[in-house]
Amino acid sequence: MPGMKANVYVTLKKGVLDPQGKAVKSALNSLGFKEVMDLRVGKFIEITIDGAGKREAKKRLEEMCRNILTNPVIEDFRVEIEE
Amino acid sequence: MKFGIIVFPGSNCDHDCYHVVKHVMGQDAGYVWHKSTSLRGFDCVILPGGFSYGDYLRTGAIARFSPVMREVARFAKKGGLVMGICNGFQILCEAGLLPGVLMRNKGLKFICEHIHVRVESASTPFTSSFRQGEVITIPIAHADGKYFAAPDTLKTLEDDGRIVFRYSTADGSVSEDANPNGSAANIAGIINEKKNVLGMMPHPERASERELGGTDGRRVFESVLMSFGILENV
Repeated sequence: MPGMKANVYVTLKKGVLDPQGKAVKSALNSLGFKEVMDLRVGKFIEITIDGAGKREAKKRLEEMCRNILTNPVIEDFRVEIEE
Repeated sequence: MKFGIIVFPGSNCDHDCYHVVKHVMGQDAGYVWHKSTSLRGFDCVILPGGFSYGDYLRTGAIARFSPVMREVARFAKKGGLVMGICNGFQILCEAGLLPGVLMRNKGLKFICEHIHVRVESASTPFTSSFRQGEVITIPIAHADGKYFAAPDTLKTLEDDGRIVFRYSTADGSVSEDANPNGSAANIAGIINEKKNVLGMMPHPERASERELGGTDGRRVFESVLMSFGILENV
């Protein structure tokens, strides 16, 4: 079952505070990585789907994102299908 | 009257709610498994606290697709009383029955302690036994309780008197110091437009008996009974 591989990136919308990102940033800073100025933590989801065409697959994946994988009040998403 | 307590895989305050409704308030109560497709016979539905589906993906994100949630939406639309406590509040937000979302606490830690909230609206079926502006003591127990909503949503909630509870100091000052989790506008509980769907992070069922350190939470249940004419004004 080869299927089609897709990567979904979920990020917090601009303006939504990310306390986790802040904590990770200050941890990096205190470890000597002083160059880190800003950091935000998101989610990465790998999906293998049994799809016909790439275009249809992308449409379905975006539907998944809107329905359950993200909360549109606070999150944005980006879908990539691997070649 | 009969309370229905929804049980999701991972709910863990369901028995506490059942106990309070049945043994403290003396009402009829029943559990409703999340796969159920009927809420017939219930007058008030409670979505209890816990970690439905392990809080995977986002709190409440998977539970909102449980079959029973379609019935909860229908029940709410008909005017039935729905109360979401803690994880129940998170599920109601994910389901779109209440606006906004509950995010990871500002301090990233799970907080379990008694706090103070100010009753911002005593004109709901869930709060009519309180005085407007009254400060009550009630426990919270959550890692994801930071209420967030877009500025226009917050304004609507404010303008329409739909913020029901706010974190405050013991003397009722709504300050940043009194905000345990970084919630927008110190929000601890809100209600829908029709005022029959309440979501709150604090646990009224854990503050319903003197043996557990306080009875302020019991008055949420008493308010519901009052709205059904079972209790006289207390």
